[in-house]
Amino acid sequence: MRCHQRNFVQNFRFSTTSSVITMHGLAHRAFHRFLPFMVALAALAALPVRAQLTVEITGAGGRLIPVAIPYLAGEEALPTPISQIVSQDLAKSGIFQLVDVGLMRLPEDQIPDYANLASRGADAVLAGTATAIGTGQYEVRVRVFDTRRQADLGGILYRFTPSQTRATAHRIADFVYEKLTGVPGYFASRLAYVVKQGSRYELRISEADGSNSVPALISQEPIISPAWSPDGTKVAYVSFEAKKPVVYVHELATGQRRVVANFKGSNSAPAFSPDGQSIALALTRDGISQIYLVPVSGGAPVRLSRSNAIDTEPVFSPDGRYIYFTSDRGGSPQIYRMPASGGAAERVTFEGEYNVSPDISPDGKLLAFVTRNQGRYQVALLDLQTRQQIILSDSTRDESPSFAPNGRMIVYASESGGRGTLFAVSTDGKVRLRLSAEGADVREPAWGPLPR
Amino acid sequence: MNMKKLITPAVLCLGLILSACSSTGSVEEGAGKVEDRNAGAVKTVTPPSSRSQALAALHDPNSPLSKRSIYFDFDSYVVKPEFQSLVQAHGRFLAQNPDLKVLIQGNADERGSREYNLALGQKRAEAVKNALMTFGAREDQVEAVSLGKEKPVCTEKTEECYAKNRRADILYSGEF
Repeated sequence: MRCHQRNFVQNFRFSTTSSVITMHGLAHRAFHRFLPFMVALAALAALPVRAQLTVEITGAGGRLIPVAIPYLAGEEALPTPISQIVSQDLAKSGIFQLVDVGLMRLPEDQIPDYANLASRGADAVLAGTATAIGTGQYEVRVRVFDTRRQADLGGILYRFTPSQTRATAHRIADFVYEKLTGVPGYFASRLAYVVKQGSRYELRISEADGSNSVPALISQEPIISPAWSPDGTKVAYVSFEAKKPVVYVHELATGQRRVVANFKGSNSAPAFSPDGQSIALALTRDGISQIYLVPVSGGAPVRLSRSNAIDTEPVFSPDGRYIYFTSDRGGSPQIYRMPASGGAAERVTFEGEYNVSPDISPDGKLLAFVTRNQGRYQVALLDLQTRQQIILSDSTRDESPSFAPNGRMIVYASESGGRGTLFAVSTDGKVRLRLSAEGADVREPAWGPLPR
Repeated sequence: MNMKKLITPAVLCLGLILSACSSTGSVEEGAGKVEDRNAGAVKTVTPPSSRSQALAALHDPNSPLSKRSIYFDFDSYVVKPEFQSLVQAHGRFLAQNPDLKVLIQGNADERGSREYNLALGQKRAEAVKNALMTFGAREDQVEAVSLGKEKPVCTEKTEECYAKNRRADILYSGEF
């Protein structure tokens, strides 16, 4: 019965996923619709960009969870093999180890051969059944079993159209992740990042592992600081196409965008409020960079910070009560926080002379930022309760850390082989992934929310 | 040429600037017609002609106005004495040509956060803006903006290169 209820809830939640998938399609279409306006860019854009990211695991968790992902019963009916995508997601997470079970096929309603799976080394197995249900739709039921305790950990049902197959697979991978780690997964979330190839800049949106990326914006001028809306439908960013930094909000499904801040001076560092209604950003309309709040729909900015120093890089705490930001009011750039309505700020970082680019974990407990450590710029993590601080990277030019929606991974930009490359690291520092694109600089990552 | 680099809004924007330029041109053409009809008024048209001479000075390598870049020390946002005469020339030029506008683009070297560098580049642009105003430019003639570390003129990881990127550039209407 509980399972049935869950199915219902998940099924209900799924209906919103459909719009996420369509967004990819629409984003593509919008992109093509936008092209004619891109003057000389059209010729360039006609060539498909080969800026897909490839993921390598460069560090893994202490003990990998061995899991078997057999073929789903009826899987051949699906447009894309779901078990394969689930396997790839789990393998790329750095916390699972896939156990090869050959051509095994395990229907969702069948009790697995626990002894056999355990003897192959699998602690867990995913059983599943796929069926075509007419009107071009499919139904997949999956169930996770613990082979050591011989226990049914729960099942889930998804209905989807062919174009939603990949997203459904990512959701199933998230389901497995959550059942086996107790923490929600992130495979169904998306990344925004900027690819620079020659003098061409692209704001791209990809799946969480960097695959299937599509351009949201192409420009011959820099694009920086993408920031997701809490519902994952919009990305705000800074574009220099007008020879100065201007903040735009871009609707991913339609490709439509609008200027939210183009005041005299520079406009930058956008961050959505948790309710999605406002954007905190840095403006220099009063001289030095200060933090303001503007409605997402555009309108008059309200000044939030008042200092005689640089205030920039605002980010809201997930509860919406505070804004964390970078300021050099104390003589060196440090991270401060102030009430979201403005007012007195308190200093948050104290170690070192250069602490910038804050991001707060979804549970509000951890602060990720970039610290300068003996001349090297590295990602650091501060536990806001215990004040314990660790450095998560051993590189020298890290930028722009951004938490995964489950709070367990942080994506950031750095360099590898003289080229801009994205890295992801787990908050315990054990899992390390490298996401790189051939022949291009990848930078400015922003990890999006899980689809609602 | 620059148009090709831009997408729609910027193209529209530039289009406006260019059309502003061409209308300036037609004003001068009109002045020429007046000159033809009334020989006695020839001397009254010297202002536009001196103005075009003045504009030519912006690109005359022998004029201080042709120099547009102000370089800064590491972690510094002060216009150094060696650039005072350059800034003074532009400030006075703007005062003499009240219809001209400039965009000051501040830049930073590549070390550290993009957004913090954007704010640092802004401080350099503001320093130049304030200096121009000291020498007579009006505030509405000058917009100070920052490109942060996004548009380096030099990309090697050397101090020499970083120094070239710690810079503010003065761009006149039609040049940006």
